[in-house]
Amino acid sequence: MTHILILVLVSLIKTVGLIFVIILPMVSYTVYAERRVSAMIQDRLGPNRVGIPLTLFGFRKDIPFFGLAQPIADALKLLLKEDFTPAHVNKFYYWLAPACAMAPSMMALAVIPFGSQLWGEPMVVANVDIGVLWVFAVSSLGVYGIVLAGWSSNSKYPFLGGIRSSSQMISYELSLALSVVPIFMICRTLNLSEIVKYQIVNGWLISPIWIKGISLFPLSINFQEIIQSFDILKIILWIPLFISFIVFTISMFAETNRLPFDLPEAETELVGGYHTEYSSMKFALFFLGEYAAMIVGSAVIVTLFFGAWHVPFLPTTLHNPYTFWGVILGLIHIAAFFVKVALLLFFFIWVRWTLPRFRYDQLMRLGWYFFIEIALVNVFIVAIILPFMRK
Amino acid sequence: MAYTVARPKLTFAEKAYLPAILTGLGITIRHLVNILSGKKKVTMQYPEEKWDKNLPAHYRGAPTLVTDEHGRERCVACQLCEFICPPRAITIHPGEIPEENRWRKVEKFPKEFEIDMIRCIYCGLCEEVCPEQAIFLLKDYAITGLTRQEMVHDKKKLYELGGVMTGLVNKWNDKK
Repeated sequence: MTHILILVLVSLIKTVGLIFVIILPMVSYTVYAERRVSAMIQDRLGPNRVGIPLTLFGFRKDIPFFGLAQPIADALKLLLKEDFTPAHVNKFYYWLAPACAMAPSMMALAVIPFGSQLWGEPMVVANVDIGVLWVFAVSSLGVYGIVLAGWSSNSKYPFLGGIRSSSQMISYELSLALSVVPIFMICRTLNLSEIVKYQIVNGWLISPIWIKGISLFPLSINFQEIIQSFDILKIILWIPLFISFIVFTISMFAETNRLPFDLPEAETELVGGYHTEYSSMKFALFFLGEYAAMIVGSAVIVTLFFGAWHVPFLPTTLHNPYTFWGVILGLIHIAAFFVKVALLLFFFIWVRWTLPRFRYDQLMRLGWYFFIEIALVNVFIVAIILPFMRK
Repeated sequence: MAYTVARPKLTFAEKAYLPAILTGLGITIRHLVNILSGKKKVTMQYPEEKWDKNLPAHYRGAPTLVTDEHGRERCVACQLCEFICPPRAITIHPGEIPEENRWRKVEKFPKEFEIDMIRCIYCGLCEEVCPEQAIFLLKDYAITGLTRQEMVHDKKKLYELGGVMTGLVNKWNDKK
């Protein structure tokens, strides 16, 4: 009995810590980063004013602090705005939709290993064997929020946005799932923690070669191990893995409704898309869900291709994880994971402000004619290479 | 006549999108790095940095009234500016100059002269129409106030902004 109680408590602490301490602040600062990066790409500066408002307390000058308090001001504004419900909407679904858009992306976080361990406790909320299937299953539920919002708003533009979104998500779900099948064939598991373990031993799946035998703590180079670990098939295997990385990443863009695939929103065509009729905190929930989905997407990419929390040349675990250095190492691993995620998020933003939006038929063509085929062929290529691999 | 546009023959690299996307990413990151490193500067931090020095000679800012070298207000309350003002921002209440006054021969002066700066469109027609060269547009553009009443410039405020204009003024001479 106490065993289950402790499990529930620990999981609860991990969930709350992950969502409220890491993900939600990360979402708001992703919005800030989006604004700053987009501004700088367009030769502007972006929000650089909101800092510590000393003038409110009678001082002469504010401390701008690079505008880092902007997300707090934004959140306050969204909370204090009038929550307007138009008269013509279907109230029940109209209220349900923002939650439906927000919850799945948070749920998908449950299986992602965001750190090695702290005080001997593995840093993953649910270490389950279905792993990545859970991520796909739950994150595709996010479409309900958008479809419900589009339909219940009882207005033309949101409706079009909702329809676009559902067809887009269905098309890209296929290539998303198919493109990562090679990984499961190589790692022989769906459990994300196991995939990370495989990557620690055999090298990140995105990198073509992995030099075993070099370590910094203690500093040593083992030449024999280097020569032994060299395998030409591993380098050949890198080609299909790289293809699957590209297909997966692009499908992830489509899945999270990011530009160049943000047709459900498409400001220029659909006003605001599915959230045209929403205001205040309900709109903020859509926004939150969208950015949280982006973070989850990046986290999945990091877990599958970039070795999750693993830092090269750093030991993965100490003999006694309860000591000071054991805890520090655990924290470093968590930090490493989120630094990788942040870099990918930067990539997301960077792409958004580089590429124009796809036309709808081009989007569908890309999904159905190219990505699914490429992903399928990729699976067969890996299947042919794998039997020849050295164990 | 129908005209057939020749379709360009694309190479494989062009059809595959990705090289073009990478080029585009290179362009955007170059802009980002240039702004971030301060190599390029396009925007101006407004309240701290201002463009005032570079305002062109023909810049039209706030309209003001001027006095001449004798301290006489130039305006003779002919009301031409009031009539020409497109948004009707100017209100003048003319008064008669008393008998014993040195400038009796001028006959009229504005008892009240108000310009509603919320209405003013800075067109400069008042300056152009004034036969006495009493009203000028300066380069001030940051006209602010907390109430509507505050945004109505009365005679005192207009003279305070305008100051003195000496000499035989040619209408087309620079004041600014």
